[in-house]
Amino acid sequence: MAGSVTKNRGYAVYLIPGVLASLGVIVVPLVMTVYYSFTKWTGVGDPRWAGLENYRRLVEDTLFWQSFGNIALLVIAMAVVPTLLGLVLAAVLFDYVAKHFGDRWAGLFRSGYYLPQVLPVAVTGIVWTWILHPGYGALNQILDTVGLEGLAKNWLGDEDYALYSVMAVMIWFQLGYPIVMFMSGLSRIDPSLYEAADLDGATWWQRFRKITVHMIRPEFYVVLVTTTIAALKIFAQVFVLTKGGPANSTMVPSYFAYENYFEKARVGYGSAISTVLTVLIVILAFLFLRLQHRSEELR
Amino acid sequence: MTLATEKAPARTEEAGSSEAVKHRDPVRFVVLAALLVLLLLLVGPMLAVAVNAFKSPADYAANGPLSLPADLYWDGIVDFWNRVNFGRKLWNSFITALAVSVFGVVLSILNAYALGIGRVKGRVWFLVFFLVANLLPQEVLVYPLYFIAKEAGLYDSLIAIVVIFTVIQSAFGTYLLTSVYAEFPRELLDAAAVDGAGKWRTLWRVVVPVSGPTLAVLFTFFFIWTWNEFFLPLIFLVSNDNQTVPVALGVLQGDRMMDATTTSASALIGILPAILFFLIFQRTLTRGIAAGAIK
Repeated sequence: MAGSVTKNRGYAVYLIPGVLASLGVIVVPLVMTVYYSFTKWTGVGDPRWAGLENYRRLVEDTLFWQSFGNIALLVIAMAVVPTLLGLVLAAVLFDYVAKHFGDRWAGLFRSGYYLPQVLPVAVTGIVWTWILHPGYGALNQILDTVGLEGLAKNWLGDEDYALYSVMAVMIWFQLGYPIVMFMSGLSRIDPSLYEAADLDGATWWQRFRKITVHMIRPEFYVVLVTTTIAALKIFAQVFVLTKGGPANSTMVPSYFAYENYFEKARVGYGSAISTVLTVLIVILAFLFLRLQHRSEELR
Repeated sequence: MTLATEKAPARTEEAGSSEAVKHRDPVRFVVLAALLVLLLLLVGPMLAVAVNAFKSPADYAANGPLSLPADLYWDGIVDFWNRVNFGRKLWNSFITALAVSVFGVVLSILNAYALGIGRVKGRVWFLVFFLVANLLPQEVLVYPLYFIAKEAGLYDSLIAIVVIFTVIQSAFGTYLLTSVYAEFPRELLDAAAVDGAGKWRTLWRVVVPVSGPTLAVLFTFFFIWTWNEFFLPLIFLVSNDNQTVPVALGVLQGDRMMDATTTSASALIGILPAILFFLIFQRTLTRGIAAGAIK
């Protein structure tokens, strides 16, 4: 009952549960991990201070660099391709399909494209391990049926193809998200803009470039940053599809850290990998925010 | 990042049909065909799973993945269900997701009430904190959480998972809800104050009911996200009785018993609940995806 609403005192108590919970589940573990990254520890007994030793080894570890190199390719598959493809598809659905075939068709396509996004990642991973299985997998059997058995491969088991297979699965998984985001952005656009462009005799492509792309820039940035960060964090798909193999060809930082924590009992090293990954993600997020901010100021 | 901006696209039917006449050319069918092919590529894997889950191993070996089942063979699904005690996993997933959604929404409400409506001192820093917490990879939290949970006797317990995800999801919820509450109509708050309602009463009697639609979106997101979580449950829930659906299926990968039809059967029963939620929550979801952008 204390105070009037116009004064802003007395609200701080409502933060207490949230702050305490965040301290216990986020802040303390985060600080502990950073501390572990400066120690040598198997998870049993006491951590031993090792200074920058873990980070020095990290820089020399080719697997570490490879895992980040793989992430660069996964950013293409999870962020760049879905964003660009999703932009075109969203525009086609919103501007062409909805007009020529009706909103229901556009809605149907949107829901269908979005479906892979709502399924548990681990389960879709299982689906794809079966489809891509060299022996009984659906893909090789289909290739066989249509007489292209020469193209059949051990998609996930051959180190020359495994990463590309994972990339293809990730495009499949990710494509629906930008489509839904961009379509909701497009619904903000004043239809009279398009009508004016039509009157001026603009082609579909011109309208797409000059109006659509321009107007949904806020969504564009959000999609790009969220998908990029999702790519940096990727774990479940790699765990289910390849476990980082074969011959580490699909190793990613999060799986690399997991392996060090729980399989090799090198907690300090795993912590160092996680810390580097975290710093990278936070820096990227803030760069994107700056970029987005600046582009909004320019408009 | 407000939810209120969602409006049905105002498009006139006449404009659509007159253009349709103008464009009655092969192009529209090429476009439609291309979109349908893409749809088939994206939904196809799930269809393939549904078809092959009902085949006997002999049928699969003889006719391959693309034929329809010779007859409906339920044994694969039933055997798998019983072998992994799937009902138990479903219950674990359901109860965890439900608890996280409820607690997560409540915690988000409390935080956002203080930050968005109360505008407490240093709120910008709190928001930056929640934003960063939202970005953190779980790998950077997992080992200490694992260690603490072991010390506290909460390892291999659903309680640990509920606590952790309540906090993680509410970081997102706080961030989203604060921006919604920052625009909350002041008249309503003042009216409640005039009626003599304190902050606690105002929160539950005025703020929560008015922001109901946003809270429904949050609840839906928390439920589906928690249901689909894999990494932390994989590490925390080691015993068969405590596993959630994604963990139970994920760890069986590469198991000897997982042949093509069993894999399909397992994937089908893993996918069905998610599709069910998708259908139940579809309206909330499409309304809320734009709001969920920051995740």
